[in-house]
Amino acid sequence: MFVKQISVFLENKAGKLAEFTKVLADNNIDLQALLIAETQDYGILRIIVDNPDEATEIIKKSGFAYKVTEALAITVPDEPGSLTKILASLADEGISIKYSYAFYSREHGKANIVLRVDDNEKASEILEKLNS
Amino acid sequence: MENYYQPKIETMPREELQKLQSERLAAQIKHVYENVPYYRAKMDEKGVTPDDIKGIEDLHKLPFLSKDDLREAYPYGLLAAPLKDCVRIHSTSGTTGKRVVAFYTQHDIDLWEDCCARAVVAAGGTSDDVCQVCYGYGLFTGGMGLHGGSHKVGCLTLPMSSGNTARQLQFMEDLQSTILCCTPSYAAYLAESAIETGVRDRLKLKAGIFGAEAWTEEMRHDIEEKLGLKAFDIYGLTELSGPGVAFECSEQGGMHINEDHFIAEIINPVTGEVLPYGEKGELVFTSITKEAFPMIRYRTRDICVLNAEKCSCGRTHIRMSKPMGRSDDMLIIRGVNVFPSQIETVLLNKGMSANYQIIVDRVNNSDTLDINVEMTPDLFSDSIAEISKIEKDLVNSLKAMLGIMAKVHLVEPKSITRSEGKAVRVIDNRKLY
Repeated sequence: MFVKQISVFLENKAGKLAEFTKVLADNNIDLQALLIAETQDYGILRIIVDNPDEATEIIKKSGFAYKVTEALAITVPDEPGSLTKILASLADEGISIKYSYAFYSREHGKANIVLRVDDNEKASEILEKLNS
Repeated sequence: MENYYQPKIETMPREELQKLQSERLAAQIKHVYENVPYYRAKMDEKGVTPDDIKGIEDLHKLPFLSKDDLREAYPYGLLAAPLKDCVRIHSTSGTTGKRVVAFYTQHDIDLWEDCCARAVVAAGGTSDDVCQVCYGYGLFTGGMGLHGGSHKVGCLTLPMSSGNTARQLQFMEDLQSTILCCTPSYAAYLAESAIETGVRDRLKLKAGIFGAEAWTEEMRHDIEEKLGLKAFDIYGLTELSGPGVAFECSEQGGMHINEDHFIAEIINPVTGEVLPYGEKGELVFTSITKEAFPMIRYRTRDICVLNAEKCSCGRTHIRMSKPMGRSDDMLIIRGVNVFPSQIETVLLNKGMSANYQIIVDRVNNSDTLDINVEMTPDLFSDSIAEISKIEKDLVNSLKAMLGIMAKVHLVEPKSITRSEGKAVRVIDNRKLY
């Protein structure tokens, strides 16, 4: 399945992340996952929220530079080896992963993995086959 | 005892000097009116003919020449000698938009080198000296100007050009250089390196001729102490020839303008009104001996004060103060002329935001240039690799445009402070003037 991931440009300065999350909090947006990729001057904040469309509107209105991307999200059993199995089958088909992050699922014993890959469609097909 | 390279001219009684200026001015105006349609049109527009210019008292009747004129006339529009008589060009740093190309006949080169030789002799140079020239050689006038002056004096000349500090120090030590010519910030850097590497005590430097950028008295004392030399200021601009338009004598109290070649005026930069000596204003020059590329009332945009008091060195030529600022927005960074508009051009060409800030500072005596640019929603992508590519591309384009490296920092949209809705474009933290 795909989720809407929102990426936001934030300067690498004290208080910037708090400033941003406050905007979400004030609008009652719930964060489900969060990842920061940082450089010396700036960071790219990647989030998954409960209501991406509303969140996007709010972020846009607040003047942030942002992008919404479709990221592949999969749920795997929370046990050793389950991620490797998926990654190996993607690698076999030549799918390249740009980045990935994981977060706990509310469903007991499962973990959610977000995969940003170079070919969403193909990756999705491979994973469907794997599950069937 | 003060030494002169051309004692007769350098100590010429003022009345005689002014008479010489008047003759040369009248001849120069006739020359440009007859040979340069651009000047003729400007004079016709103001209703001035060569007959109206009999001497320096008539100078104010002539129209000013600005950098815009130079751009408009680029490249040959102000050429006053046949191209076949020209032997060289030099050019200001900068871009197509702002570039100035100056032409020289052999006569022009000779006189320019004389001017530089006066500066070398005023700094104590003789044929016994070893003169290390670490200004850049090439289109920039610094290297070849001082090189020519050093030659004329008969110094053993080391045409080092800029950069490669380890090699500079090695030659300085092995060949026992006595005179150093470079930008003051590079001199400060060399001083620190010499101390760090321990060669300082084995150096024989006695004088430094430093110019092409603004520097303070504090910096002068610092360099003098660290390198054990006497530091002399030198002033010039490519439009007029290069370094050596004015130079300091042993009194170190302002730079003597080579008035037999250049007539200096101070004007109110807003009204254009000529101000008396002693008042602060924009420096305007008329080159009265140049053949190929004469400048008539050229506005330098440098703000300074002229001093006609007699100098105890014996020279009769008036002195100009160090430039105290600019009447335009030009920045001089590591000796290179930078206009904020050049930076803006690059940013806009690259699809960047028009909201940017230029921050200039001096760290360890070396100028730094940082540019903050606001990220835009259009440019932002989810990939650091792509954003880094944009940054690298910007840095390369800026280097190509400016000739120097700038650090680019991407900042958040609308994060650059605006005063009255307009962003403050340039922050110069160097406190140079």
